[in-house]
Amino acid sequence: MADSTLVSMRGITKTFPGVLANSDVNFEAKKGEIHALLGENGAGKSTLMNILTGLYRPDEGEIWIKGEKVVFRSPKEAIAAGIGMVHQHFRLVQPFTVAENLILGSPRPGRILNMKQVEKEITSISKKFGLEVDPRAKIWQLSVGEQQRVEIIKMLYRGADILILDEPTAVLTPQEVKELFKTLRMMADEGRAVIIITHKLHEVMAVADRVTVLRGGKYIGTVNKKETTKQELTKMMVGREIELSSNQDDYNPGEDVLILENINALNDKGYPALKNVNLTVKEGEILGIAGVAGNGQRELAEVVTGLREIQSGTLKINSKQYCNCSPLEIIDAGVAHIPEDRLGMGLVPSLGAVENIMLKEYRKKEMNKGLFLNHKLLKKKTGELIEEFGVKTASIDSPVKLMSGGNLQRLLIAREISCQPKFIVASYPVRGLDVGAIEAVHRILLEQRKAGAAILLISEDLEEIFALADRIAVLYEGEVMGVIRTSETTVEEIGLMMAGSREGEKVS
Amino acid sequence: MENSIVLSIMAAAIIAGTPLLYAALGEILAERSGVLNLGVEGMMLAGAVSGFMVTVMSGNNWLGLIFAILAGGFMALIHAFLCVTLKANQVVSGLALTIFGTGVSGYLGKSLIGIPAPVTFEKIPIPVLAKIPVLGPVLFNHDALVYISYILVPLIWFFLYRTNAGLKLRSVGENPAAADAVGVNVFLTRYVYVIVGGMLAGIGGAYLSLAYAPTWLEHMTAGRGWIAVALVIFAVWDPVRALIGAYIFGGVDALGFRLQAMGIMIPSFFLKMLPYIFTIVVLILATRETHKKRVGAPGSLTLPYDREER
Amino acid sequence: MSVPQIAKKEQGFRVTLEKRGTTPYLIHFLVPVSSVVAALLVGAIFLKATGHSPLEIYAMMFNGAFGSMYGISETIVKAIPLMLTGLGVSIAFRMLLWNIGAEGQLYMGAFAASWVALFAPDMPGYIMLPLMFIAGFLGGALWGLLPAIPRAFLGVNETITTLMLNYVAILWVDYLVYGPWKDPKGFNFPLTAPFRDSASLPTFGNSRVHLGLLFALAAVVIVYVLLKHTRWGYEIRIIGESQNAARYAGMNIGKNILLVMLLSGGLAGLAGMAEVSGITHRLQHGISSGYGYTAIIIAWLSKLNPWAIIIVSFLFGGLLVGGFSIQTSGLPSATVFMLQGLILFFVLGGEILTRYRIKLQRGRK
Repeated sequence: MADSTLVSMRGITKTFPGVLANSDVNFEAKKGEIHALLGENGAGKSTLMNILTGLYRPDEGEIWIKGEKVVFRSPKEAIAAGIGMVHQHFRLVQPFTVAENLILGSPRPGRILNMKQVEKEITSISKKFGLEVDPRAKIWQLSVGEQQRVEIIKMLYRGADILILDEPTAVLTPQEVKELFKTLRMMADEGRAVIIITHKLHEVMAVADRVTVLRGGKYIGTVNKKETTKQELTKMMVGREIELSSNQDDYNPGEDVLILENINALNDKGYPALKNVNLTVKEGEILGIAGVAGNGQRELAEVVTGLREIQSGTLKINSKQYCNCSPLEIIDAGVAHIPEDRLGMGLVPSLGAVENIMLKEYRKKEMNKGLFLNHKLLKKKTGELIEEFGVKTASIDSPVKLMSGGNLQRLLIAREISCQPKFIVASYPVRGLDVGAIEAVHRILLEQRKAGAAILLISEDLEEIFALADRIAVLYEGEVMGVIRTSETTVEEIGLMMAGSREGEKVS
Repeated sequence: MENSIVLSIMAAAIIAGTPLLYAALGEILAERSGVLNLGVEGMMLAGAVSGFMVTVMSGNNWLGLIFAILAGGFMALIHAFLCVTLKANQVVSGLALTIFGTGVSGYLGKSLIGIPAPVTFEKIPIPVLAKIPVLGPVLFNHDALVYISYILVPLIWFFLYRTNAGLKLRSVGENPAAADAVGVNVFLTRYVYVIVGGMLAGIGGAYLSLAYAPTWLEHMTAGRGWIAVALVIFAVWDPVRALIGAYIFGGVDALGFRLQAMGIMIPSFFLKMLPYIFTIVVLILATRETHKKRVGAPGSLTLPYDREER
Repeated sequence: MSVPQIAKKEQGFRVTLEKRGTTPYLIHFLVPVSSVVAALLVGAIFLKATGHSPLEIYAMMFNGAFGSMYGISETIVKAIPLMLTGLGVSIAFRMLLWNIGAEGQLYMGAFAASWVALFAPDMPGYIMLPLMFIAGFLGGALWGLLPAIPRAFLGVNETITTLMLNYVAILWVDYLVYGPWKDPKGFNFPLTAPFRDSASLPTFGNSRVHLGLLFALAAVVIVYVLLKHTRWGYEIRIIGESQNAARYAGMNIGKNILLVMLLSGGLAGLAGMAEVSGITHRLQHGISSGYGYTAIIIAWLSKLNPWAIIIVSFLFGGLLVGGFSIQTSGLPSATVFMLQGLILFFVLGGEILTRYRIKLQRGRK
């Protein structure tokens, strides 16, 4: 083994009940390189890295770090071996300050804390790598990009020389991504191994030195970036050619269905999350909401579905006022909602398909016989929808939490579409789904558009927005930066707006 | 009212507040680690009965206190095992602890009813300090356990906010996944502080049977464990505010007694209701306040932690 | 999934827990049964350690509760309030409303029913009893509503408030029976004058088993149908499983909190009405021997299933009756609570087996 190999994982296998997450996977990372771990959602990338960081234990396989065989029984041991990971969902304690988060779990500050000393140290690290952040700020006050910086400094503070970043660009603007890549390169040049987990090909091509591809939990291969192409990587990753459905129909919008005028709303912390938002969505069109997650998207979806209080402004659906109406009144107005949190909000995990399908229609007269629910009819309806939308389930009564993400989303969409909505709010509708399910969801949304529904599509994936949306609105810190026809803009322009410049503004 | 009566009520408030303070401090530690323990009442009863029993048998109230601590700690260990290791429902486990504590203390204490404590925690006026007008008789003419609680409050405050271990404790209660990812042992932390919390509740119980009453009566805590849980919410999980809250509650308790003694024409049953009604009112006000300021319970309170939960 | 803190590495083997997808029905039955057995075993060790003979005591308890027709009838008598309070608690628990105030709600039901019986004594039975029934239900229901209001509108922790109200209700009844309502001919005992016959529930044969048994059984059926077959029951179940989903589906959570606490308290209030009208025929100090607390255990042991509550209430009725019969041998009544606590511990601990499968794995070096 060459001296420069920092990490070597051999024959790693890990199963979860019913899921073979990793099967005989090999992985290797060298000093000074940026190594991309590429694969679709559910390919087993995160599981593999969680094993490397001591969070999970492998069922089989060996891990060698700097030429020594190791068995990690806890994250603590992995940290001691110089491994640091930035998780996709940051592992930060929200009410703590930056400094408190950085020293958490580290013996370095001693038993009694001298925060001034700690803050000094942090400032010096952040200056060295150009990762500026105020050590006294509380985490919840920081933007997502800043929180990521905290996570990276956290690794450096602990002296990690094997750095893992899980989908680090998902929460960043295109411009921030460039900054991040610069930092990563700097860290690799200092002799660290940098591993990024991703499913985005263009990022791999932009930053990686080598690429390891996983598919369905299996190891497909490792290649040098210079010796490969996007096409080859796609094939390794997906196993077949893919084609994203795209919106090429004629654009013939009808009446305004949703009208938002000067909407203001607060987030859970009580700070303004939407500021004077003006938007309209018309019959037969998809309005895409682009923006880095956390810039008011969730609050927007909740405001138009009645789940969040409106501070001021008007909300009209089919030219009727619906300001601060109950969610029920908005459902009755013909609004369907595909929420961001499928299992936490859109479905009831421990109940079966029937009880999930009836979630919105159980009140209707035709679903009841007098005082009692018409179980027979509800069962029949569920069977039909499951058939129509191709939901795979062991039994109509088994808890839906046992379904895969794609099937869950099909079930949820089946319910929402079956109400024949006039207006659909879809928040991150394909997040975490595999290619097949993504295609299905996109097809359904386009069909609904064709049928005349107005659709508000919230997504962090610009490719998805460009493929589906007729018009694009960009949210930045709760404000609409502009609304543009998709055919009249570019990814670069939208990217600039995502970073806070207004429509038509040049970068200063 | 006369000055001396006011002073004596204030001193009585501190005495009546002390068992609440110990129990609330314990509960703060447990909840800060993310484990709600509604078994305070049961742990206090276990502490009260074992402290009293050992004192009767040995004639040494400090030995009794040690056994009260052990009893409270053991009860909490059951809760920790059920909730942390077996991930049982924390609310129901706490209720079970209270029911069990009520039963076991009644069972063990049957033969102790009517026996006076051979030794109790006696008042020890602190030289010089006790002579200060007003403050002296109110604050510095008490028993050793009161003085220990004076020290404990700043100690726990310092521990929570100024030490590395305190930082770890708070992180486990707020976001165990974050704590785990940087190598903090979530399970160990929760065990330790749930047990320490139980030990403090045990002291609170022993205070009732060895200093406050001092005798054993079946179910002598009379809901104080629950009041302590309410106090924690009132205190926004802060030891210093818990001290203030405990003395206010103690004051309500003491006032009821005093009014009764003064022959006020309110039936004693209504005076006895005071602490309970006061608890409800305070809880409502405190909840409103925390909602307004958007501060609140530790983020992972009542949620079991499963590292491989996906 | 494996849970590291349980995993022990011993001689090449490791015990791991794996999450179950679905739970076989047999497990749902076996776990509570073995929990009760295990709790009795630990209780036996405890009794032995404190110088009693556990076998003798258990035999005495069993005989007292189930060994004679009288014993069985007394067990049923105890099962009536347990069933009603257990049902009330379970429907609140369904919605994750931790109503532990059934004791106080029972007292207030008893108080309200007694008020009717004492202050409108001249009515015939067919008017009196329905009025007492309604009063009992309302007494408990309103006492349950009291903590539900701050819970629904401000999110105030109902566990503490419901419990605090137990003490208030008990003190209120004590005030009445020691004070204004005390029977002048009662030799200064804390009890009211006896009700007239028109205010007494009819009994079955010579036993003390009264018509309240039918209320309780009917309540079980009604709650079952309500939960399983009605819109409101569906809402209760959804809210209990996921508040977010309920809000998303347009359900009014606050309204449901109020309604469920009314029903929950009302059922406990009925238990109080049944006690004063069927058993004591007067309001008196200590009319409940902790039924409202035992109800918590019954609800949990029954997995909130109404049918199971019938059986479990009967068994716990037996435990209470057995508890009385051992008091003659000098054991305190608290013994029963101790055993109840133990049972709940084991039921809670045993639940891990319904959620996880235990696996013995061959470890690697």
